[in-house]
Amino acid sequence: MRTDTQAPAAESPASAGPVRTRRKLPRPAPAALYLLGLLAAAALSALTGFSIALTAIYGVVLGTLAVYVAARLVEGRRKATDRLVTCLVWTAFALAMLPLVSLIYTVLDNGLARLDAEFFNSSMLGVVGEGGGAYHAILGTLVITGLTALISVPIGLLTAIYLVEYGTGRLKKAITFLVDVMTGIPSIVVGLFAFALFALFFGPGIRLGIMGAVALSVLMIPVVVRSAEEVLKLVPNELREASYALGVPKWRTILKVVIPTSIGGLATGTTLAIARVVGETAPLLVTTGFVNGTNLDPFSGRMTTLPVFSFYQLTQPGFPPEFGIERAWSAALVLIVLVMALNVLARLISRFFAPTTSR
Amino acid sequence: MAKRIDVSDLDIYYGNFKAVEGVNLSIEPRSITALIGPSGCGKSTFLRSLNRMHEVIPGARVEGKVVIDGQDLYGSDVDPVDVRRQIGMVFQRPNPFPTMSIYDNVVAGVRLNSTKMKRAALDDLVERSLRGANLWTEVKDRLDRPGAGLSGGQQQRLCIARAIAVEPAVLLMDEPCSALDPISTLAIEDLMTELKERFTIVIVTHNMQQAARVSESTGFFNLAGVGQPGRLVEFNPTEKIFSNPDQKATEDYISGRFG
Repeated sequence: MRTDTQAPAAESPASAGPVRTRRKLPRPAPAALYLLGLLAAAALSALTGFSIALTAIYGVVLGTLAVYVAARLVEGRRKATDRLVTCLVWTAFALAMLPLVSLIYTVLDNGLARLDAEFFNSSMLGVVGEGGGAYHAILGTLVITGLTALISVPIGLLTAIYLVEYGTGRLKKAITFLVDVMTGIPSIVVGLFAFALFALFFGPGIRLGIMGAVALSVLMIPVVVRSAEEVLKLVPNELREASYALGVPKWRTILKVVIPTSIGGLATGTTLAIARVVGETAPLLVTTGFVNGTNLDPFSGRMTTLPVFSFYQLTQPGFPPEFGIERAWSAALVLIVLVMALNVLARLISRFFAPTTSR
Repeated sequence: MAKRIDVSDLDIYYGNFKAVEGVNLSIEPRSITALIGPSGCGKSTFLRSLNRMHEVIPGARVEGKVVIDGQDLYGSDVDPVDVRRQIGMVFQRPNPFPTMSIYDNVVAGVRLNSTKMKRAALDDLVERSLRGANLWTEVKDRLDRPGAGLSGGQQQRLCIARAIAVEPAVLLMDEPCSALDPISTLAIEDLMTELKERFTIVIVTHNMQQAARVSESTGFFNLAGVGQPGRLVEFNPTEKIFSNPDQKATEDYISGRFG
């Protein structure tokens, strides 16, 4: 009865069936044992002056040990290993969630203070200390991101269609390789590229919204290409063949069969790519510059975006500094909400477009 | 409408690999021709070469002639897209377009080819094609539902309806019943017998009873050996193939004494 090496009959005399039955820990037992381990860890760390970090480290070790030993004694080796790995997975999950929760808490804590109507309705024009807002930065972000999407989505989608439907041999390999390389370019390098490109035509010192959009496009295109390529590859070849067999030319097959079948995935990938570039700071610092007033024309004058706004409010908060720092946190909060909204939108899109099979 | 197909000295290649060699046969209009043979012997490849569908695989090409009513399908002035409008195809696995309703699936061939038709004419075409595929009574109340929601047998008949909606001259069927139960298979066999009044049908099948039941002529494909191209071993009226074949290999295959 004590170990699992005994014969099935000895394991459980009550059961007459061919399937071996085992003793099991009651359902809440592992959690209770783990908590017990945590308490013991708290006591242990209290011996040397209480600290949360030490408690957590001791607690994970002691809790895991308690669950493992108990399971080993009651349930046998295989179940004990299962419980051990479960503990490790939960620990890893907690470790991964910790920074996220802490980040969201900090941003909410610091950012909610200035998240008022004024923040959304006024720019920083003429504001030195208290007040002011990110109206110009929010609109700047929307304009520049919209322009980026306008440039990147057609190029990215067409590249992906070429790679999946038409490309063969060396050219396809070369494009795939270059897209991979583009994915790895540091964002500040992209900013310098756009800066150098426009400086060639307009002279050094030029700052335009469109420059930022060009820089962000270089970052966004490979993301769009990669995600669209994967989605287009998922379209079953049988559908293409069915279309060809009806005498439909290739380009119409792509337009009317392949793209409608994968539209949900394409839209999701594009939305996530937008979410990826909306928070970029470095390339915009050198391309769009910074301005206190509202400028909605990307082809003339400097523009401000949320990340750059946040950066400047933090590094040059003015006097007294706390108002600038508050504005920086609020801008960060708005940016997080924006990115989350885009992610939720992507999920909704993929659900909305998913092919239905209901009768 | 239905047309005669003459194939002479047809070799089919995938890149440098010769998949099928030296096929000579004639397919009569308004008949069902069955192609049988072991897996990998080139039946499907040959079938796909009849409407130039094998060309969608990179590197695939043919040598020799496929002539339909006097016109060479592989002539330099022939567009494969036009070939496929004349010679329709039904595949092994039912493949209705998942984004389209039953109605849209049937008219897909017409719509995707951007042929302008009045709504009434389209409705008429849908009813005619679905009746032709023996599916009308089962789906007439839910034409706007997704085609992928039908059962396997219904999906396959939907694909047949889609193929005959563009009024091809020839219908190629690549193991159309291999994924279906016996009742759906029977429905499709009955359908083929009806369709041969209007179309020339070529069917690839692994089911020899099916070949014996539905076809007028049967071709037996076989491999000369591993890595060798497939060949048409015998092409004769179905009755003769199944009672008194010319070749020993055919008899062995049909009677199950193969290899």
